[in-house]
Amino acid sequence: MSRRDLVSARDLVRPAAPAATADGQTTPPDGRPPAEQPKWRRDFPIDWGQDEYVSRRDLVKFMVLTSGAFAVGQAYLVLRSARDRGAAAPPVVAIARVDDLAIGEARTFTYPEGSTPRLLVRTGDSSFVAYDQQCTHLLCPVVPAVAEGKLHCPCHNGWFDLATGRPLAGPPRRPLPRVLLEVRDGTVYATGVEERT
Amino acid sequence: MPVPADLEFFVDPGRCIGCQACIQACTECDTHRGVSMIQLDVLDRAHSTQTVPVVCMHCESPTCAEVCPADAIKRTEDGVVQTARKPRCIACNNCVLACPFGVPKMSTGMHLMMKCDMCYDRTSVGLKPMCASVCPSQALAFGTREEMERLRPGSRAIRSFQFGAQVIRTKVNMMIPRDAQEEIVDVTASMYEPTIGQEVLDTAFADVPDGGAS
Repeated sequence: MSRRDLVSARDLVRPAAPAATADGQTTPPDGRPPAEQPKWRRDFPIDWGQDEYVSRRDLVKFMVLTSGAFAVGQAYLVLRSARDRGAAAPPVVAIARVDDLAIGEARTFTYPEGSTPRLLVRTGDSSFVAYDQQCTHLLCPVVPAVAEGKLHCPCHNGWFDLATGRPLAGPPRRPLPRVLLEVRDGTVYATGVEERT
Repeated sequence: MPVPADLEFFVDPGRCIGCQACIQACTECDTHRGVSMIQLDVLDRAHSTQTVPVVCMHCESPTCAEVCPADAIKRTEDGVVQTARKPRCIACNNCVLACPFGVPKMSTGMHLMMKCDMCYDRTSVGLKPMCASVCPSQALAFGTREEMERLRPGSRAIRSFQFGAQVIRTKVNMMIPRDAQEEIVDVTASMYEPTIGQEVLDTAFADVPDGGAS
């Protein structure tokens, strides 16, 4: 805007003042009726009453869409668990020789292939236990304390029972997932993973 | 409860004596206790003692609400433009800069725009706003239109204002002399009046080349 325009603003033809609306509602600056206004003006009304007003259609739309989303979510969960149930039996994998570990010794392995590290502990002559190594609190690796019959998570001083994998003390509240084992002909086989709550 | 439709606010700058009683009374208002929302404009102290109290004019198309990016400024059904809603106001200052009358005030400590709401706690139950109840010369007056006609035969109320190309209709009335021809207060017109003895200023503007801009 040049200065010449500024000066000539004095001589502007005065536009007619927008007419007052009868129902006491705000007049948009362009003075056109509410039906001709853009949608954002209806979505963000200046009038207090309209701002708090929820139309029946909007309420119904909200209810249908949200409850529909819940229903779809439930159906998805049902389908997923059905799919998992129908999956093939877990593979049987040889993970160690009995002679590899002395009594009280531990080692890590993965089962099934590519899993998070699992912990295999030899607790007796032919007794083995195996758990997921991730603490059920915040996934720190747990450390076996075989002499005490416990598993220790050093991050937040959590303790698990070595015999069952149940939490004993500290922040973890859920037991460690257990790897099912089978000892046959001097070889330790993993036969499945038991997720527990 | 809305403000009664027959009660209106009238501003008569010609009666203002600059006593600042309205400013003090405004701080007593319960909707913004302790903070005054009225500004007393001193027009040209070197040549005149004229002062003008500025209260919210409660526009029919509130510029403050139009520019609010947070949808915080609302107008109730009686036409009163309220202080920004606290949960929404983001203290961006847009309304403060946009209002042609310079009414909204930013309370930086509270992160909230506060403005004159015509003492909504009082006017909504039929009482006068604080300022109108104390103004000794009734430059700020609150009452019925008939009452004003009767008490001020030399004045009449208009409520259209022009700022450049923007025309604003307001809920609050401005009193002008009855014989004035104006139907609209051209607020910015005084900016283009040639200063006395310096008429060269006006033509100097006119002679500035456009610089390519049209």
